[in-house]
Amino acid sequence: MSKRPPKVIVTKIGFDGHDRGSRVITACLRDAGMEVIYTPPWQEISTVVKLATEEDADVIGISSLATDHLIIPQLMKALRDAGLDDVKVVVGGIIPAKDEKELINAGVAKVFHPGSSLEDIVNTVRSLAESRTHSEV
Amino acid sequence: MAESQQSNQNGGFDAARAKWEREFAAGALDTRPIANRSGIEVKPLYTPEDWSGGNYLNTLGFPGEYPNTRGIYATMYRGRSWTQRQLIGLGVPEDYNKRVKEILALGASALSLIPCNSVYRGYDADEVPIELLGTCGTVINTVEDMERALDGIPIESLSTAMNDPTPFTLLAFELAVARRRGIPWNKITGTSNQSDCISHFVANHMFFRIDLQGARRIVIDHIDFANKHVPSWNPLSIVGQHMQQAGATPAEAMAFTLCSGIQYAEDCIARGMDPDSFLPRFTFFFDISISLFEEVAKFRAGRRIWARLCRERFGAKDPRSWRFKFHGQTSGVDLTRQQPLNNIARVTVQAMAGIFGGLQSLHTDSYDEVFSTPTAEAARIAVATQNILREEAHLTDVIDPLGGSYYIETLTDQMEEKINALIDLIDAAGGMYQAVNKGLVQQMIGESALKFQKQVDSGEQTIVGVNAYQIEENDADYPTLEYPARERMEMQVKRLTEFKKTRSQSAVAKALDVLASAANSKDGNVFEQVVEAADAGATHGEICATLRREMGFGQPLTIV
Repeated sequence: MSKRPPKVIVTKIGFDGHDRGSRVITACLRDAGMEVIYTPPWQEISTVVKLATEEDADVIGISSLATDHLIIPQLMKALRDAGLDDVKVVVGGIIPAKDEKELINAGVAKVFHPGSSLEDIVNTVRSLAESRTHSEV
Repeated sequence: MAESQQSNQNGGFDAARAKWEREFAAGALDTRPIANRSGIEVKPLYTPEDWSGGNYLNTLGFPGEYPNTRGIYATMYRGRSWTQRQLIGLGVPEDYNKRVKEILALGASALSLIPCNSVYRGYDADEVPIELLGTCGTVINTVEDMERALDGIPIESLSTAMNDPTPFTLLAFELAVARRRGIPWNKITGTSNQSDCISHFVANHMFFRIDLQGARRIVIDHIDFANKHVPSWNPLSIVGQHMQQAGATPAEAMAFTLCSGIQYAEDCIARGMDPDSFLPRFTFFFDISISLFEEVAKFRAGRRIWARLCRERFGAKDPRSWRFKFHGQTSGVDLTRQQPLNNIARVTVQAMAGIFGGLQSLHTDSYDEVFSTPTAEAARIAVATQNILREEAHLTDVIDPLGGSYYIETLTDQMEEKINALIDLIDAAGGMYQAVNKGLVQQMIGESALKFQKQVDSGEQTIVGVNAYQIEENDADYPTLEYPARERMEMQVKRLTEFKKTRSQSAVAKALDVLASAANSKDGNVFEQVVEAADAGATHGEICATLRREMGFGQPLTIV
């Protein structure tokens, strides 16, 4: 079976529009050879789920610089409801420690804080994507 | 005799320089070229060979004198301090009102109002997920919300700056409140922050609500309305902060902001407005990074270029029109989650850069903004930082204290050259609107952002606590702001429902119809009808929805 490169959606849900992070991460994951589907900010949760289904994404990266991470548990539930339990979700941005615990409990695979290195992010996303691909085979 | 003295001096200079060069080459730890964030190579030493005074009156002049390089007022901080304007916004209007009264008591001298992100996006509280309400700013949807937010606050004597993008509903609500309190509009002072639709289209998309063509028209309507009816109001704040936070270098941020200023000024002139009627009310808003000398040079160069543009390109004759008035905010991007108390030191350096740069208004970030909206304690330290710099360190005793430094003057000239080259590039692309529609500006900013991140990742740019001097730490040790209680937000939504039920439905329907017609007519003033609709009881969400319907949803152009 031929192995395709990891497929990642980089997106923002909620209201915030600060997208430096999501654009830098997109460029850097592409440089690392991944296929990245980038969306502008303000995506509806249902849109992200639909995109993940259509694109058969391995990983969804959510950037949150304001408080939009507070609705990520709703995204996790919507993914489960759509049968996408195996899609890994990572979050990057301004996430208070107490909220990080809630995100992890809700099924988020990893939270990246300011100061995370691009190398660390690339490696984590790659291994999450590979773990999903392997579990499929 | 004079000549031989001179040549002796020159001979002495050359010999002294050669000696220094030898000693430097032998002893310097690192002789590789160093470039600042704008890509200008910085030498280890500057001397009269780099800058020797030049034509003082032409390039520097006295403070308050064209081209204003040394400051826009003759007195600068000897006349009055910069305005200490801290951003405030959270919860429901009553929470905001309480926080404002606290921060005024601590020495803040003007108000700011940051609305909830749902408000930025143009929605009312009953249209959005309740989890997000009031977590980043205050929920203000109606004239009654604004009355609660401003309760007991003398808006006739206190300047109010509101983060209020197109179509400026918050100002409309404030004007309606003034009408109810019997305060004439000519007593209302302050600034429409976030009125620069170009910067939202390019960089901070959160504020971008209405299609760019419509936004472009409404901002000029707003300037025209304010000039006629709220003459002490600054209707336009042209924003470089978003672009620099998004990754633009200091030179790029200054250049693109001046290009936006050119477009707004030329649009006003095309409307038949006299440059001397609107330019004195133009203001700017910039990011202040930790690259201290570069930021000082950025501000000094920007001030000189703007004065020249106003006088030579727009033909303004009144010296007040040439003044480059700006608010500065210390850069959040420079702050780190690691060892967060270090951020107090960073903010101090950034604030110094802004003060040496000659700003008129300053927001210092709180050290904990890397975790959440600031806690009260962190906000107090941020205000205290400004007081310490002014009153303990005496930074303001001398006007433009770095002026005349070989380095600063050389760097100011070099930044000016770099900024002017970028302005020429945007002019050649057909102006800022054309350049951003093609994605030219977005692409340059994106490239600069990635370049800087790679410098940090490679360790070429040290960030203390992030890629150097790290320690083990647990950030659960730091306080974060509690989100507003769910019940308070439920109360706010209920209040909105009640408000919508009890207002005059016919008056609101009529006002929204008039607003829609103004949007579709060539000569109506859209902002005037926003004010009337707000006063008639239309909500923020209804006003924005009407204009989105008539003028199109604002979808920014992102380049990745």
